[in-house]
Amino acid sequence: MTATTSRRIVAIDGAVGQSPNRPDGIPKLRGEFEFAQDLRAEGMLWAATVRSPHPRARISSIDVAPALAVGGVHACLTADDVPGRATFGLEHPDQPVLAGEEVRFWGEPVAVVAAEDEVTARHAAGLVEVGYEILDPLTDPAEADRRDEVFRRMRIRRGDQTARGAVVVEGSYQVGMQDQAPLGTEAGLAIPDGHGGVDLYATSQFVHIDQEQVVASLGLRPDQVRSHPTGIGGAFGAREDVNLHIHLCMLALHTGKPVKMVYHRSESFAGHVHRHPAWLRYRHEADADGRLVRVEAEVLIDGGAYASTTSAVLANACYFAVGPYRCDSVAVDGVGARTNNPPCGAMRGFGAVQVCFAYETQMDRLAAALDMDPLDLRERNALGTGDPMPTTGQVIETPLPTADVIRSLRAMPLPEADPGPHHSYLPGGSGLTTEPGQVRRGVGYAFGIKNLGFSEGSDDYAQARVRLSGEGAVVETAAIEVGQGLVTVLAQIARSALGISRVEVVHVDTSRIDSAGSTSASRQSQVSGGATLEAATRLRRRILARHDGDDLDDEGVWRGESLLVPWSSLADEDWTETVTFRHPPTTEPDENGQGVVHADFAVAGHRAVVDVDVELGLVKVIRVDTAQDVGLALNPASVRGQIEGGILQGVGLAVMEELVVKDGVMLNATFTDYLLPTILDAPEVEALLIERPGSWGPYGAKGVGEPPTISSTAAVVAAIRAASGKELNRVPVRPQDIALP
Amino acid sequence: MIVEFTVNGEQVSARVTFPGSLLDLLRDDLGLPGSKDACEQGECGSCSVMLDGELVCSCLVMAADVAGSSVTTVEGVGSEETLHPVQEAMHQAGAVQCGFCTPGFVVAAADLFARNPHPSLTEIKEALAGNICRCTGYGAILRALERIATGSAR
Repeated sequence: MTATTSRRIVAIDGAVGQSPNRPDGIPKLRGEFEFAQDLRAEGMLWAATVRSPHPRARISSIDVAPALAVGGVHACLTADDVPGRATFGLEHPDQPVLAGEEVRFWGEPVAVVAAEDEVTARHAAGLVEVGYEILDPLTDPAEADRRDEVFRRMRIRRGDQTARGAVVVEGSYQVGMQDQAPLGTEAGLAIPDGHGGVDLYATSQFVHIDQEQVVASLGLRPDQVRSHPTGIGGAFGAREDVNLHIHLCMLALHTGKPVKMVYHRSESFAGHVHRHPAWLRYRHEADADGRLVRVEAEVLIDGGAYASTTSAVLANACYFAVGPYRCDSVAVDGVGARTNNPPCGAMRGFGAVQVCFAYETQMDRLAAALDMDPLDLRERNALGTGDPMPTTGQVIETPLPTADVIRSLRAMPLPEADPGPHHSYLPGGSGLTTEPGQVRRGVGYAFGIKNLGFSEGSDDYAQARVRLSGEGAVVETAAIEVGQGLVTVLAQIARSALGISRVEVVHVDTSRIDSAGSTSASRQSQVSGGATLEAATRLRRRILARHDGDDLDDEGVWRGESLLVPWSSLADEDWTETVTFRHPPTTEPDENGQGVVHADFAVAGHRAVVDVDVELGLVKVIRVDTAQDVGLALNPASVRGQIEGGILQGVGLAVMEELVVKDGVMLNATFTDYLLPTILDAPEVEALLIERPGSWGPYGAKGVGEPPTISSTAAVVAAIRAASGKELNRVPVRPQDIALP
Repeated sequence: MIVEFTVNGEQVSARVTFPGSLLDLLRDDLGLPGSKDACEQGECGSCSVMLDGELVCSCLVMAADVAGSSVTTVEGVGSEETLHPVQEAMHQAGAVQCGFCTPGFVVAAADLFARNPHPSLTEIKEALAGNICRCTGYGAILRALERIATGSAR
């Protein structure tokens, strides 16, 4: 037994830097893990939602009597039954809980039904008679801009606006509407507490913001609503906004019974926000040596019918419109349009994805115009620590190893040119449609940057509690585990900071702990991780001070070689430490978009290798290699999981994933018609973690969830361009974009 | 109607109503929620079960049609005490994230190895092409199953 702290910490099983198995792995593999879809309560009712079949209409009447006449139906509620605030919204409460006077998008909820079983609830929902006077939907975001139907306008001006370069490249780009498509659809159970309050267990990325919105719309006191973290099947941004949460609580309190609702897949597509489709116009100017002299960008995103997070997504798109490159003359104008299309909001990458496709295409074209190697061009302009952000002017204080990322990715080995022995490795796959002679290989690179944590002056914090129990230490949090492995990482941090190996992470409801903020913006490892680190560190310090010890481990408190307080005695004492962690403050932008608006940044690069059947327009993504700025990998296996999963979502946007909306109506709201990458579509991935410890994340960690998704799309399209010679200014790239002249 | 069949080795008797699926019956009536419902139309494989030795999407099987059949769900893969080698390998490889697709992958992969103990990489991919995972990018799942195929699983 040694007495030195450092040796013990390094030796702790499951500490920071290792890749312990996840605590929920075996229950998930056995089918025993409880998801929101699996919840049940004695005597519970099932709910179903009545949705608008029109993108825009005036509601002239709603007759719920036919639904109520069905045996087993307990309630059918409409806008008139909302007890409190009639609207909700993540940032601006502009969306009706249930549409009363007008429906503004296809699929908007109009009424909710509760019945004794699911079939009856859905049948009764179909009997609600809604009178609609159909109105002309506004579905063109450019027209919305002209009519000033906008959620936000952004204007960024930095540097000498008259600066001009010798070489000019202009382009227009388009990004289609992507869906998060988490495998678990929206689901939840609300249970009345018998005293006028309610307990909600529902799919969420942010239980405290759900609780606030339920409280407002039900007209209850905050202590009457408890939102409980529960098992959810993925998120990727789709679960930041309220959808069935208020409906379930209304029905539970109205009927006095537990009420459960599970969206079908088609409802899930209608019931959550999507990645904003975007239209982008760019002008890059460089001097003859390839230094960026000026970047101009116009960014138009379609926010759809309600605000959700459109304002923040637009801001992000504009702040990162130049990419990870230095430039001292920048003009960006952004519009977040309000239309009658499906509402858009958060999806992994949050605005940084759309602009990356455009600016990286511009960088490749600029390199071509300069007759320069595209990686040399990027390295020459690489943004780094100490540089001002090209858009906001914020001086970057965190390590930002853009140049290292570029050099490292360039140095990674390329695969053999041979497409492989099996037909499934050809672009046509097992359809056997591809003539091998029509296959061309292409290689493309792209790099991206994004903020970590919330921006623009928001009070971004997370609370965590660390306490000792008889078994070991417990980390309490309301930070949502969406699958990324937060439950593993928080335990690792607590183990390293406390010196104790027996650590468990426990999710508690909104009444028992303050907010951890949203599991989004790649932030939880840094903010909830930061809170856990500080709480565990303080707890260890207090324990050692109280007992005059010099070390703490699984056996108890030590001084030198002697065990002063064995664990059993220590655990009998009340040891709890609660910490609210805040990252360095940010500010709102000034009228030119200038200011310290971000807390932290990360960069990543991707190199895609594709085989393209240029005759049929089919693409096989062979591999995507990446170098990513991770600060410090708290759990290398989890980081790799984020990288591989994020890259495949980027590949999806590049070649197959698009929600097709025509005249405001979604045409492919099923898994048959919205194509998701399968195991046969997945490229091989080699990932290089660039570890330059960051400035404020625990142990130097940076968030890693979003960067894999940002430039992987652009890299794949660059590779398809290299193979096909086509311009490809739009994603997803469709077969006709490649095969037709 | 009353349907009698075998689930995970146990004889069960259940009342089924038209047009309920085997998935609904398992989840809602038989207390076996391990099979997941993610698309209701046989595209994602989250509800995969074995029906008389055939891998099927239980959302596409009419509950009334399973009379006299033998069904194995994820709850019946592996035993109370031990994990199936697929479960063990996926756990060790970090092949689980949100976990919603996981039961379907476990059932489909267990079926693959029962038929073919040493599948090639291509055979593994083709066997799992009916299962969608949105979190992992499939990398860790493939690494787990390759370890079983090559006999190098722990």
